[in-house]
Amino acid sequence: MKSTALSLSVLAALALGSASAQTTVKIATLSPLSGGQSDLGTQIRNGAQLAVNEYRAQFQKLGMNLQLTAYDDQADPATGTAQARKIAADRSILAVVGTLNSGVAIPSSQALLSSRVAMVSPANTANNVTDRALSNMNRIVARDDAQGPAGANFLTDNLKAKKVYLINDKTAYGEGLTKEVEKALKAKGTQVVGNEGTEEKSDFSSIVAKIRLQRPDAIYFGGIYNQIGVFIKQLREAGITTPVMGGDGMDSSELATIAGKGATNIYFTTVAAPIDALPAARTFAANFQKTFKDQAQGFAAFGYDAAKVVLQGILAAHKANGNKVPSRTQVESAIRKGSFTGLLSGNVSFNSVGDRKSATLYVMNVQGGKYRLSARLPVRPARQ
Amino acid sequence: MDLATLLPFVVNVIAGGLVLGFVYAIIALGYTMVYGVLQLINFAHSEVFVTGAVVGFEVFRVLEANPMNGYLKLLIALLAAMLVSGLLNVTIERLAYRPLRNAPRLVPLITAIGVSLILQDVLRLIEGFQGRFDLTYTLPGGFSGKFCGEGSSCVALGDTLRSIGLDLQLKDVILIVVSLLSLAVLNYLVNRTRLGKAIRAVAQDRVTAGLMGIDSNRMISATFLIGGALGGISGVLFGMKFGTVNAYSGFDPGIIAFTAAVLGGIGSIPGAVLGGLALGVIQNLIGVTNIFGGLLGIANLESIDASYQRIGAFIVLVLILIFKPTGLLGKSNVEKV
Repeated sequence: MKSTALSLSVLAALALGSASAQTTVKIATLSPLSGGQSDLGTQIRNGAQLAVNEYRAQFQKLGMNLQLTAYDDQADPATGTAQARKIAADRSILAVVGTLNSGVAIPSSQALLSSRVAMVSPANTANNVTDRALSNMNRIVARDDAQGPAGANFLTDNLKAKKVYLINDKTAYGEGLTKEVEKALKAKGTQVVGNEGTEEKSDFSSIVAKIRLQRPDAIYFGGIYNQIGVFIKQLREAGITTPVMGGDGMDSSELATIAGKGATNIYFTTVAAPIDALPAARTFAANFQKTFKDQAQGFAAFGYDAAKVVLQGILAAHKANGNKVPSRTQVESAIRKGSFTGLLSGNVSFNSVGDRKSATLYVMNVQGGKYRLSARLPVRPARQ
Repeated sequence: MDLATLLPFVVNVIAGGLVLGFVYAIIALGYTMVYGVLQLINFAHSEVFVTGAVVGFEVFRVLEANPMNGYLKLLIALLAAMLVSGLLNVTIERLAYRPLRNAPRLVPLITAIGVSLILQDVLRLIEGFQGRFDLTYTLPGGFSGKFCGEGSSCVALGDTLRSIGLDLQLKDVILIVVSLLSLAVLNYLVNRTRLGKAIRAVAQDRVTAGLMGIDSNRMISATFLIGGALGGISGVLFGMKFGTVNAYSGFDPGIIAFTAAVLGGIGSIPGAVLGGLALGVIQNLIGVTNIFGGLLGIANLESIDASYQRIGAFIVLVLILIFKPTGLLGKSNVEKV
């Protein structure tokens, strides 16, 4: 005991002896930094880094030495969980920005739950990320189940469709999404033609023949870009110019490449706004370019916003704790209960399970191979 | 809905099925020829086929800006794909199947699946080095346009075809012509040349053929070369027709083409062609069954849509095999004591 007390006093003396009595406070990012999705994961990390740079001075004044530690989940649930355990073991980490993939977020947040490390996700849309009602898991993007009704609204209100042809890719994602669209369209009295599932990746001639026969006003395809791109190419080659809409599975620049000359009259909903769709993002983008010599994409802005939520949460918890470094539990509850301002994507506050109270879905339009923002749809989770 | 709208629809669906069927047929030939000589199901054939598609993609990509005639580019793509896929198939046989020639039949089958998996990832790796995964064909101008469309000298013919529902693209016609030419050449090769005779002899009885002075190893290599070259042709045609391929694109058409080979009678060359065409048309007809269900007022049929396309093809296969276990044109293998 004596030696411990002695070493403690030595440490204290050393700490006091240094110019400023700083406690190291860390936040972590958890995103894929290697592998096929490292591009997006790095954007999240770099976005968060900019937020940390911005807040460092403010933390310094309060006696906290703010740092960011980046963890690589390789877009893999098992790796992500292992990294989450490492994060839990580092007591100076108060909260996490992450992840990119819902499949990684679900087990990682579970692994962080017992040590009460809060997570703020810049990208996860799966309903189950927050439907488990964990006290530490929050997200600043819309939920998957918001996409169906929003897509249906866009079809009837903006595209004025009276008759919609539904296709899905027979996966849990595509079929689920299309079912939501079907439900919302039927509730509005819009005529729905079929809801056929197809795993076909190459030949869509029978579906194209049916569309030619039935002349729908619009087509909704719940699936992934590389299947839908091939479908659209064949549809357009058959001379059918009907608009095609889908969910965020279509959000890829490859879509236009695959559809080729047919890449026109395409719409999709997505949670990750392109950087120029965010009104406040211009300075951020310039700053990002200067710091990382790389162009900022949507996920960088959301990584920045998620980090800001975390940092403002820590500051609030610090204040509530009598200007002392807060505990993980205090940070967790400050994030869930706080309201956060000055973000690129608007103000953030969370409902009881960690969904953003008012999120935004972005409708992108592809015309002649060019992507542009077509509409901004406010969405609210059912629970407020 | 009246006959005037329904007829073009049906013609359209069947024509689409036939075009698809030709691709299946050419792939199926690769399965059936190898089975004919070795009684081996060469599961790696679907990757030999995709290799052809990748080679075709590369040729069209490299020649994209070249002002040469589009048909010349296609010819180069086809020849390159035939060469690469053919040699690949020969190499696979030499390395993976020949050492197991006398092993129990299950062993080379598993090897074939292994080779298939290896090739998939090697292809992915090669294209991945260049930052590509989905390979989208850059076809010469006009290939994707209408066959005898506006402004061409044969627009009257094109309009007549379109009025009955035969809305073909130029690349559909190219696909059919190239397929028919390949079949004609194959038919000549197998039935009219010494090489073909020797291959048929090895297929009938390898040991006796050897006693007659036929080098069966060389004939087997020749079979793999021809089968692989056909795989290369079908790969280019597939890529040209559907536009995008990746390293894993071979699985689906491969399994259907294998089914086509079984449907037609595995080991039979005309059977493979017939099976391929039949499956193409059947698939497409099953995909539009709900339209007919709606017309006839049969509610049960209305739920049969494109989601049943794949399974429908296999149901047809099962039905035919129940009544004719050797397939449509297959010969029963009489065990002689």
